[in-house]
Amino acid sequence: MSELPNPDEFLAKIEHKPSPRGWMDTPVEIRKGIACHAAKPERLETVGFPNPRDWSCYDEDWKLPENWQEILHKGFKERLDRFRSIKVFMDICVRCGACADKCHFFIGSGDPKNMPVVRAELLRSIYRNDFTTAGKILGLFGKKVKKSYGAREMTLEVLKEWWYYLFQCTECRRCSVFCPYGIDTAEITIFGRELLNLIGLNIDWVAAPVAFCYRTGNHLGIQPHAYKDMIDFFTDEIEDVAGIRVEPHFMKEKADILFITPSGDVFADPGTFTCMGYMMLFHFLQEKYGLEITWSTYASEGGNFGFFTSHEMMKRLNAKMYAEAKRLGVKWILGGECGHMWRVVHQYMDTMNGPADFLEEPVSPITGTKFENARSTKMVHITEFVADLIKHGKLDLDPSRNDHLKVTYHDSCNPARGMGLLEEPRYVIKNVCNHFYEMPANTIREQTFCCGSGAGLNAGENMELRMQGALPRLNAVKYVHEKHGVNMLSCICAIDRAAFPTALEYWLPEVDNCGVHELVANALILPGEKKRTVDLRNEPLPGMEDEDAE
Amino acid sequence: MNISYMYSLVAVIVLFLVAYVGVMLPGGEVFFGIIIPYLALVIFILGFINRIIDWARSPVPFRIPTTCGQEKSLPWIKPNSIDNPTTIGGVIIRMFLEIVFFRSLFRNTKMALKEGDKLSYEWEKWLWLFSLAFHWTFFVVLFRHLRFFSEPVPALVELVAKLDGFLQIGLPELRISGVVLLAALIFLFLRRIYIPQMRYISLASDYFPLFLIIGIAFTGILMRYFTKVDIVGVKEFTMSLATFKPHITEGIGSIFYVHLFFVSVLLAYFPFSKLMHLGGIFMSPTRNMVNNNRFKRHINPWNYPVKVHTYEAYEDEFREKMVEAGLRVDKPLAAKPPEEPEEKE
Ligand code: HEM
Ligand code: SF4
Ligand code: SF4
Repeated sequence: MSELPNPDEFLAKIEHKPSPRGWMDTPVEIRKGIACHAAKPERLETVGFPNPRDWSCYDEDWKLPENWQEILHKGFKERLDRFRSIKVFMDICVRCGACADKCHFFIGSGDPKNMPVVRAELLRSIYRNDFTTAGKILGLFGKKVKKSYGAREMTLEVLKEWWYYLFQCTECRRCSVFCPYGIDTAEITIFGRELLNLIGLNIDWVAAPVAFCYRTGNHLGIQPHAYKDMIDFFTDEIEDVAGIRVEPHFMKEKADILFITPSGDVFADPGTFTCMGYMMLFHFLQEKYGLEITWSTYASEGGNFGFFTSHEMMKRLNAKMYAEAKRLGVKWILGGECGHMWRVVHQYMDTMNGPADFLEEPVSPITGTKFENARSTKMVHITEFVADLIKHGKLDLDPSRNDHLKVTYHDSCNPARGMGLLEEPRYVIKNVCNHFYEMPANTIREQTFCCGSGAGLNAGENMELRMQGALPRLNAVKYVHEKHGVNMLSCICAIDRAAFPTALEYWLPEVDNCGVHELVANALILPGEKKRTVDLRNEPLPGMEDEDAE
Repeated sequence: MNISYMYSLVAVIVLFLVAYVGVMLPGGEVFFGIIIPYLALVIFILGFINRIIDWARSPVPFRIPTTCGQEKSLPWIKPNSIDNPTTIGGVIIRMFLEIVFFRSLFRNTKMALKEGDKLSYEWEKWLWLFSLAFHWTFFVVLFRHLRFFSEPVPALVELVAKLDGFLQIGLPELRISGVVLLAALIFLFLRRIYIPQMRYISLASDYFPLFLIIGIAFTGILMRYFTKVDIVGVKEFTMSLATFKPHITEGIGSIFYVHLFFVSVLLAYFPFSKLMHLGGIFMSPTRNMVNNNRFKRHINPWNYPVKVHTYEAYEDEFREKMVEAGLRVDKPLAAKPPEEPEEKE
């Protein structure tokens, strides 16, 4: 982060006044700090993607296939025929500008091409030129006339602009909430990135996790034994905190439930504490109610960076979830805290890889609650599951063990706008914490702001972009920090937990970040546990440290 | 400087002159009064249908509603059945509110960076208000025009006209819709010019319909209040069009033909432009779909099999390491020397 200006200078630089010239007259300039590194060839080779090679977006020559224009044109056409969404969204935008200042990247950067409408126009301009009658007719009168209609030809310059701005969208759908027609720029970005992948243009921070996940089952490339090592390590940590040795199951045949969560939480703080939280919860449920929940190293990734690559790649990675559930013969699947994983599970999985007729309609064996809303997909969100347990009084909780925390909650984009999971996590938090404060209404629930690093943009080299993207979210956190003394930003997304620590350090170092199940485990009273004097982070619990010293 | 509006302004002025002068030429009245309007109507109808069919031909492979409220999950959590509908009824209400009241636009906020470091999002109602004013008055004006194409005039049309003139000022009586329509259009235009972001994104094809409809409203108002067009003559002519026995009525005046020509251009332009949002809003998958994803499987008609990394392949690659770590495997290690016993619990 050393190249970044300090936050005050950063803010002073932001200007929301685009050039008086139109967007087609402002050429693209690919900047360091904003752009991500290109995908390395071996990533593409692993999954059989076209045009693997070493290249860089700063080079003049992108080493494209000879006929790249033709490939894109064909790909465009194919997808127009496959997706009504794309076709309609290409045609009906009236450029009313309602979406313009809704994007965190525009708010945080002032770059007018980050207005969702312009991001979409980058593709629409080619669509008008190549696929509309009016574009073809007006084209006969020359470039200028064409331009006034918003059409232009596909050139290398345009391609570079696509690449630059399609990787400045986190596919968060905030723009779609405000658009009078629901035009979803995320959908357009997904489509645009899919096109780029046809000619071997991806960023390494997306392509590497995809390749890893394909081979090892998770984004980080953790091999099975290493995965187990990490979980074993958490087992020791938990023993230190609670004096209980938990015994997680791995790939246990005929377990009741298969648990799938993002691998990020196994790997890095503060996600690790959430992971420990799951382990403690599952231990509690096994001890008290005999519920068997198993982990898998094969399906050790809830996230799906295929989603940021192409529909096909999303399907290829997602297939593991059902395949593993079937192989193990579990009853249903429980999904951990993750944002885009849940968009995929909720809106794509059943269609792509279902029907999951080998699983049972999910029922909580502890409360008897039927998860009617998951009866086809057979996958339940952990906050749905836990909210139900709490509602029925099945968890022993001591929320005062979170009294050192003043908590706010960040709705992750995908569960909020691609699912509507809003109350469940709040219900859980309010039952495990005594101090909970909401951020301002325009920044939460369906209007929530992205963490700024989703959709594969959580790399190191694009730090300026990430800080731009995180600004609106953290500005709202700052508001509750100043007003209520909030010191903990909770969330239900592993990308958030990878993104926020860095962003908080920059924008708001007084506030920390955690997952909801870290809070749950702090409060959860395990049968036979020792008196807790520290929380999961090994930080002393106020009022308890004295006894500890005695 | 983005002056794309100049193209559109010039285009509309040219269209004005074409009709104004053209109608004075021999055969001009027939051309602008009969041939062009019929042609435009045919283009509109065929073009519109064609566009809808074209959209409908592409499937909706995934169910992707943008959820703007609480999902239906546990029985004790109140779902938002309109903004996150799980039934067709909910979708219908959602769509109704979008189409009739522009509900999403109603949410609009305006972002500002205040005091150097505070982002604020204020409710921005003006676009919503003027946009709604424009569309509704456009609709009312259109509806009122039915009196030119029906005999006897339906009571509802009479009623709307009466309500529209409730202020009862001037002679002929002032119709509010026309005035509001013009005002709203001018607001929408100025917004594009004065808000830098709007100016940046606006294309000539955004200004063109605004100018064209301003032209329609303007010539309409001109005829009603200033040149006092011969209404009886107009009605005779429009009825002849409506009954497909077209004939020209003498002495209606050029402005009427300009008005009619503008409307014809709008009709013919409609299917090839963003004005198709009229049809598109009904077909937008993020708004017109039910969020019942996890309880009812959605079928993708082109779902095709893909290459996956199977568990067997995975185990084959990592079996040794898995066994070593004490993870259960499906197939035992094959060529394991006997002196190294498996450490399996
Ligand atoms: C189902 C019917 C319709 C709905 C729901 C609808 C909705 C909307 C909305 C929400 C906007 C964006 C706000 C704005 O910029 O004003 C808009 C813009 C627009 N609509 Fe419609 N509309 C409909 C039919 C029509 C029709 C029949 C026309 C007539 C020609 C029309 C002409 C326009 C124009 C010209 C704009 C752009 C205004 C501007 O440039 O700012 N719309 N429409
Ligand atoms: S809000 Fe929708 S219609 Fe308006 S400019 Fe954005 S995408 Fe286009
Ligand atoms: S989906 Fe999110 S990141 Fe992408 S354009 Fe819309 S608001 Fe911006």
